[in-house]
Amino acid sequence: MESRSHWRAFALPGVVWLCLFVLVPAYAVLAMAMGRVNFLLQPVPAWNPFGWNPGYVSKAFSGALPGGEYWPAVRNTLVYVSVALALCFAVGYPVAYYVARHARRTKGLLIMLLVIPFWVSYLLRMLAWIGLLSSDGYVNQLLQTVGITHPPNWLNGNPYSVILALVYGYIPYFILPVFAGIDRIDRSQIEAARDLGATPWEAFLRVTLPLSRPSIIAGAALVVLPMFGDYYTNDLISASPHTNMLGNEINLFVQGGPQVNLGASLVLVLMAILAVGMAYYVYVTARDARRFA
Amino acid sequence: MTVTGIGARELATPAAPAGPEPVRRRRLLPAVLRNPWGRPRFLVLTTWVYIAWALLPVGIAMLFSFNSGRSRSVWQGFSLRWWWTDPSFSVFHDPDYTHALVHSLELAALDMLIATPLGVLLALGLARWRGRGSGAANGLMLVPLVTPEIVMAVSLLVVFTQLAIVPFALIHLGTGAQVVGQVTFSLSYVVVIVRSRLASIGPEYEEAARDLGATPIAALRLVLLPLLLPAILASMLIVFALSIDDFVVTQYMSSNASTTTIPMFLYANARGGTTTPALNALATILVVTTLIGIGVAYLIYTALGRRASTGEVSALRDLSGLETA
Repeated sequence: MESRSHWRAFALPGVVWLCLFVLVPAYAVLAMAMGRVNFLLQPVPAWNPFGWNPGYVSKAFSGALPGGEYWPAVRNTLVYVSVALALCFAVGYPVAYYVARHARRTKGLLIMLLVIPFWVSYLLRMLAWIGLLSSDGYVNQLLQTVGITHPPNWLNGNPYSVILALVYGYIPYFILPVFAGIDRIDRSQIEAARDLGATPWEAFLRVTLPLSRPSIIAGAALVVLPMFGDYYTNDLISASPHTNMLGNEINLFVQGGPQVNLGASLVLVLMAILAVGMAYYVYVTARDARRFA
Repeated sequence: MTVTGIGARELATPAAPAGPEPVRRRRLLPAVLRNPWGRPRFLVLTTWVYIAWALLPVGIAMLFSFNSGRSRSVWQGFSLRWWWTDPSFSVFHDPDYTHALVHSLELAALDMLIATPLGVLLALGLARWRGRGSGAANGLMLVPLVTPEIVMAVSLLVVFTQLAIVPFALIHLGTGAQVVGQVTFSLSYVVVIVRSRLASIGPEYEEAARDLGATPIAALRLVLLPLLLPAILASMLIVFALSIDDFVVTQYMSSNASTTTIPMFLYANARGGTTTPALNALATILVVTTLIGIGVAYLIYTALGRRASTGEVSALRDLSGLETA
């Protein structure tokens, strides 16, 4: 085929761009994590692998273990993300299921209403809750009318507010793929299960739920990945080091001054945690692909 | 659909099938009283409560841009003070606000103009190029979609502050680095949207053109590009929306106050006790701009793309780039 080379030429500018601004920066983080500070205390990356200094990386990884300096942030990240993911599932799955399977005339409208938050700026959505949860905001006014005169302090180091904000911020990314997954399930398979004597509940548990599992996992990946790198939700809703997540520590060290080596090492910790999750994701999707092939 | 059980709407509509109708109707009230949390009812309730919860806070925040007082949490009456009538602190008069607005639009325009052509070429190349390196290029394209943004932001920051070789030495923190960062993550979205459209068009039209004597380039220009046009226009608008909403990469790539964007401004001032509802007005402008862009993208995609039979759901899926993520 004479055309083969021109297709490669088409891809070339984009591939070069990605190499320059994805691959090289990825190596730069590694070099920075393995780097040093110079005599002016400025961080300097070690570009040559033979000159690597593993000190910061080992400090970051040992600090991320239980009892270490960064363990509270790692623990907060793991707890907040798992609780937020569970809530995303508990709220998001019924919504996605209803819109995909039961909504008829309202389906178009509901899809639109589910898509809107997707495109409303994340920071505006946080801003909205800052207004509602502030000490004279509507949430506390509501609590006062039902007789709770000393409502909690929502916006200063309250982990429940942070989890609520994470769910609020990321749940649209969970609902849409799950909706698309359930919507794609062939109804005749569920009818077959019913014809063979399954109760509605059994048909749901043994047909719909397993068939929507790939989309649940995709949705979970879509919310978990950004949550792990999140620092702005915490900064806006809590603004207290008690609820720091891993993203806050990274942001602090990288943007806060001369500790960039440590910040880059914590990025490696983050990627290591995500790599475990990714390996599970790849394993599960490969298994599902075999099972449903 | 027997799984449904007795749905609220089926009971309410008189046009339901005639057979079991009388029985059902007699059971209506007791059924509700016996089990108000029966499955469909519970689902309807959950869905609408969720939608109210998802949208009302945003609506309230937008409403507060019309507050007549300085508070962003207590309503003090309606005014256009923070939009226009206050001569120094309204969103269109305070230079800090207008600057952030203008800079956001600038970045979005640049991102759109660079990422769209680059992404379209990459999508065409990746879809057709079979050979050494194509698998790796495909994988590389997906990396920005599956990496937390802070990782990309930190790595780009290290490159632009530490690497003194061309091309990195030519790009400085500020507008240049912000555009590079935004293009890098927008690129993948363009590729995903254009490729899913390419897949739904199929190779037949292009092959027909080739059989009729067109060169590969002529077939591309005369046949494929017109068919891809809705996807290209839609991805342009999506890039615009992604750029204008982006916070993390844009913040890390910024240099000083002159490169502040709307999301950065929201982040810096959202908790400030002295911040006025002009901030809510700024956020409202951001959201309305984004939603108009996305709405137009959706209309273009569904209206021009009807030939390749794209329904509501598949358009939604294509536009959100969810299939590959």
